[in-house]
Amino acid sequence: MILIAIITLGGIGIISSGLLYLASRKFEVYENPLIAQVQEILPAANCGGCGYPGCAGFADACVNAPSLEDLLCPVGGAAVMSRVAGILGKDTAGADPKIAVVRCNGNCEARPHVNQYDGAGNCAIASSLYGGETGCSYGCLGYGDCAAACTFGAIIINSSTGLPEVIEDKCTSCGACVKACPKNIIELRKKGPKSRRIFVSCVNRDKGGVARKSCSNACIGCNKCEKECKFEAITITDNLAYISSQKCRLCRKCTAVCPTNAIHELNFAPRKETSLEDSPKTDEKTNQKNI
Amino acid sequence: MLKTFRIGGIHPPGNKLSAGKKITSIPVPRQVIIPLGQHIGAPAQAVVKKGDQVKAGTLLGESGGFVSANIHSSVSGKVNKIDNAVDASGYKRPAIYIDAEGDEWEDTIDRSETLVRECSISSQEIIDKIAQAGIVGLGGATFPTQVKLTPPAGLRPEILIINGVECEPYLTSDHSLMIEKGEQVLTGVTILMKAISVDKAVIGIENNKPDAIIHLKDLAKRYTGIEITPLKVQYPQGGEKQLIDAVVRRQVKSGALPISVGAVVHNVGTAYAVYEAVQKNKPLIERVVTVTGKGVANPSNFMVRIGTPVRDLIEAAGGMSENTGKIIGGGPMMGKALTSADIPVTKGSSGILVFSKEESLRKPVHNCIRCAKCVQVCPMGLNPTLLMNATEFANWELAEKNYIVDCIECGSCSFTCPACRPLLDYIRSGKGKVMGIIRARKS
Repeated sequence: MILIAIITLGGIGIISSGLLYLASRKFEVYENPLIAQVQEILPAANCGGCGYPGCAGFADACVNAPSLEDLLCPVGGAAVMSRVAGILGKDTAGADPKIAVVRCNGNCEARPHVNQYDGAGNCAIASSLYGGETGCSYGCLGYGDCAAACTFGAIIINSSTGLPEVIEDKCTSCGACVKACPKNIIELRKKGPKSRRIFVSCVNRDKGGVARKSCSNACIGCNKCEKECKFEAITITDNLAYISSQKCRLCRKCTAVCPTNAIHELNFAPRKETSLEDSPKTDEKTNQKNI
Repeated sequence: MLKTFRIGGIHPPGNKLSAGKKITSIPVPRQVIIPLGQHIGAPAQAVVKKGDQVKAGTLLGESGGFVSANIHSSVSGKVNKIDNAVDASGYKRPAIYIDAEGDEWEDTIDRSETLVRECSISSQEIIDKIAQAGIVGLGGATFPTQVKLTPPAGLRPEILIINGVECEPYLTSDHSLMIEKGEQVLTGVTILMKAISVDKAVIGIENNKPDAIIHLKDLAKRYTGIEITPLKVQYPQGGEKQLIDAVVRRQVKSGALPISVGAVVHNVGTAYAVYEAVQKNKPLIERVVTVTGKGVANPSNFMVRIGTPVRDLIEAAGGMSENTGKIIGGGPMMGKALTSADIPVTKGSSGILVFSKEESLRKPVHNCIRCAKCVQVCPMGLNPTLLMNATEFANWELAEKNYIVDCIECGSCSFTCPACRPLLDYIRSGKGKVMGIIRARKS
């Protein structure tokens, strides 16, 4: 009895293995072994920040692309990309590391509430209904869609200012917050040397007087920074200044002349008291470096 | 048995505080703010500039595309500026500010009260006149009327349905119009019938307006092809698709237009505006607005110039009480809270509702208890709780598969939910998102 069972089962096993072997030969799909190797190096966050469906998709794109110039894993950054380039024998992307910046400084004092919203606490819903609780219809709504979208916990809403804050060490510049923000306030900017960067922390396109009335920290499009900048890094469109992170040389002259403190500088050493006439304002600026 | 639509529906308390109140005119305001985008579609292009003298009825903005409408001045005076103004959308949008001086009207407008029944011009001429006058759907959707009257090639309208339902609680502007301007409304209906060459029109009126039903039935004997159908009271019967189902028992497929079942639907307010435009050459520069709610002393129906600030209307109705919590533009179900009392009345404003603080409070939100009441009441046969979850978790594929774009935003689901979940808030936002995705896919 036992013998019959062993023979039958063994026979089935041998025949099946033969069939499976033939099938695997017949229907074999060749996958470049490099893809698996590249995927091994990638951070496996599957955040989609690179624009591909997960790390596997990105690895595939890296292997098949003629050069790595347009490809960047925002989580792994330059370090991972150079290792990928090493495996594939291709040139690394020269892309600068980026970081998310919040371009609104309309905190509770600067931007008084003019109405009260009691609908669902979600930025996308509030912005589909109206301009927001303050007079500024461009600024941050503060319901935290960006914080909810961030898989790395790199954005939190500061309860005292009501505005989102980026935690620099955690931000991988995956761009999820940029997509989540219905007001397009968050921008991915060049991280800058020693993480130093200067940007206009406002997106209000109203005329100067109107913008100022709704928020005391708003950019009023006064052109002072544009005139001050020697590198033509600042452009003003629709009453709003924008600093090109490519052209900006971080000289900090624009922050000193801004009448509304709309231009922010991050991670700079405090200025020397004597180097500028209006030193109290400068102090205020550096205090805001975490915002 | 009275007719009504077959799927879903709710019965909110009527609260028609201003029913039976005569339509009164309010004084011309000192300044009007006339937004250039008062309709669905492209905003109008301004044709006046700062400092221009205008009369009531002067063209201010020309239609900015196929789906767009002309904008006219509602007062005589001087253009103060063209600037952004917060309108009922809650955003700043371009508007024309006019300082009123006197009350001079364009010479072409016939301001007499005499009724002109005969209309001898051709259907194309009628449609052109309607387009000239800048008429849009006055039920609230503000879809340009001339577009609705020009059916796509290959489709022929069979019946004209006139919406006299006014299913929104509180609002009585259409009701008062049917009582006081019955003849004009019926003449307007006859003109609309001629414009789309149909020989049958049905006016659907909910049974809570028996006076209007009797009055119009009486008048309709003198007109050929107009029938008055009393309907069972049920919200949202004033929805285009619901009304078609109630009156002619035909269902419009998902994504299709009412014309696909041979129906064209217009509001009684639109019919009145069409009468004024075609027979009296008067562009759409004023409309009936109900000012109501427990927050005002005398709920009333006013004939208001477009562009009048809401503040003036509330003052005319006896002022706002101290305890005001919310001012709503439109009805309580589909209307929208206004951010300020300086927002102007536009073509789509059917009512201004003043709510006390207690009435305007939202109840605390609880977890879904899976009772499926929202599914029961949805007049489009959708699954609101599923659509809300799909939106919350950004599952646009699931939302699209479950017909989120068919939502008519009537708010029956949020009204019914015993857990007070903000179903419509989420669905509306998800619908916008999915429509964007569909548009992107097509282009």
